[in-house]
Amino acid sequence: MKVTEKDVAYVADLANLDLSVEERAGMVRDLNSILDYIEMLNELDTSNVEPMAQVSNRYGVDDSKHGSERFAYASREDVVEGLRQSLSQEAALANAPDADGTFFRVPKVIER
Amino acid sequence: MELIHLTIDAARSAIQERRTTALALAEAHYARIQKEDEQIGAFLTLSKERALEQADRIDRMAAEGKPLPPLGGVPVAIKDVMSTRGLRSTAGSKILGKYIPPYDCTAVARLEAAGAMILGKTNCDEFAMGSSNENSAFRPVHNPRDLTRVPGGSSGGSAAAVAADMAVAALGSDTGGSIRQPASFCGVVGLVPTYGRVSRYGLIAFASSLDHIGPLAKTVKDSATVLRTIAGRDPMDATSADIPVPDYVAELDRPVRALRLGVAKEYFGEGLDHEVRHAVESAIDKLKSLGCEIVPISLPHTRYAIPTYYLIATAEASANLARFDGVRYSYRAPGVRSLSEMYRRSRDEGFGAEVKRRIMLGTYALSAGYYDAYYLKAQKVRTLLTRDFNEAFRKVDAIMTPTCPTASFRLGEKSDDPLAMYLADIYTVTADLAGIPGISVPCGKTKENLPIGLQILGKHFDEATILRVAHAYEQTA
Repeated sequence: MKVTEKDVAYVADLANLDLSVEERAGMVRDLNSILDYIEMLNELDTSNVEPMAQVSNRYGVDDSKHGSERFAYASREDVVEGLRQSLSQEAALANAPDADGTFFRVPKVIER
Repeated sequence: MELIHLTIDAARSAIQERRTTALALAEAHYARIQKEDEQIGAFLTLSKERALEQADRIDRMAAEGKPLPPLGGVPVAIKDVMSTRGLRSTAGSKILGKYIPPYDCTAVARLEAAGAMILGKTNCDEFAMGSSNENSAFRPVHNPRDLTRVPGGSSGGSAAAVAADMAVAALGSDTGGSIRQPASFCGVVGLVPTYGRVSRYGLIAFASSLDHIGPLAKTVKDSATVLRTIAGRDPMDATSADIPVPDYVAELDRPVRALRLGVAKEYFGEGLDHEVRHAVESAIDKLKSLGCEIVPISLPHTRYAIPTYYLIATAEASANLARFDGVRYSYRAPGVRSLSEMYRRSRDEGFGAEVKRRIMLGTYALSAGYYDAYYLKAQKVRTLLTRDFNEAFRKVDAIMTPTCPTASFRLGEKSDDPLAMYLADIYTVTADLAGIPGISVPCGKTKENLPIGLQILGKHFDEATILRVAHAYEQTA
């Protein structure tokens, strides 16, 4: 087994999930079964293959340039409200579970 | 005239020529929803006020004799992963159960600007993660062709709405097959465009390098009309391509004679249902009889597509779904005492089982010590899968495959086995990984009267050719 209960607890912590005892047991089972299947990727020798993170970097990219200049096609002027109006404070807070009209409100962060 | 059976052009011209009204079309579709949707479950939210306002606008144009826009008065449905201003958008999740976006998704805004009436928001697997629509936090969708079976997923509500004549067309999203697979299961046409062809601004993100928006419709021509409307550069989405949009509808009737159609043996192997195989092979024969040249090809890395997909999609999902923290717009668990407890309990209670499973797999694949072995490995295999297609498209103009290995399965049949469910996407994930366009078009039925889909894959930004082939096939059927 690749994934132990300890691994599940560690990964849940990274992902900001608690998970119930039953969920953790199910996760151990499911992740191992999926990772066993994924194991087949090791049949392939990819030592000389470039990773592909995006499809869209294949279009419009200027390979004669370097760094972010290569993606000049996707850049635009940095103008305040250049593409659309900013949201009003009221609209930005409208979906908040807890807000006081000016700020999002959350439980206390610093213990004292 | 049966108002719920009209295509886009028929609906628009009937309104233009004053044989009916946009209002009557909207009312007829809402009546149909009222009658059918309790047992199907395709819609999560209706937007009658918004649809009727648009109907009024279109009817006034028609009364004044002004030419109607391309989708003038056409009733459409929108998958609930797309943001709609002032209209609840849940992504099928409890965590967004009360979310009311302050802006419209570009694709939705473009449809509405072209005259479409938004009837409502359709049910889907939570955050578009699923192949059966059983992962909706609200209720499963039933396949209108057989209510004991799934409509496919994740755009199951959109496919079912079109199949049951509750909408003329719908928008769906496709990350691993979520437009084409439900289109196939429900017997409608579904198209995933090239990555970058349609803006994703306002689409609630699942896996950003794989997410696409595209149409589901009753005919290939209607799919072409919707695609023409929503395609093209959008400054709000940096991944949308600045490449001209052809007139897909005008290109439909060009002859298919002498087109080279590839058939890859890897898509006809073990696991393919024999009735599906037979139907797809017959469809290929029909295209051959229209003068297409059938070319055997190989896409050797196909069997690695599912593991590659489930590493990349879950890794990206784990990052995208980190934003649901109970602070700005999502569900917050009650009675929490610390910030950390608020994050954890809100996410624990707000996300469903499959979403948590994928967040966990993705987080694991990205975590220290495993990044190279899983995530980076998958990105490299993605290069190999893309090369397969690039090689093949030097020899052929399009590739013909089954959309799915089987027809629709029963509710509950695969819901306890995540891996079995993932394999339902075996023929569709490849196009998303390579960023190429694909269309599923109905090609017959099984003995149990369940629809079968023919998938046609095309070159980057060559939706015109796959639409043309699909249209030619559709005309013979």
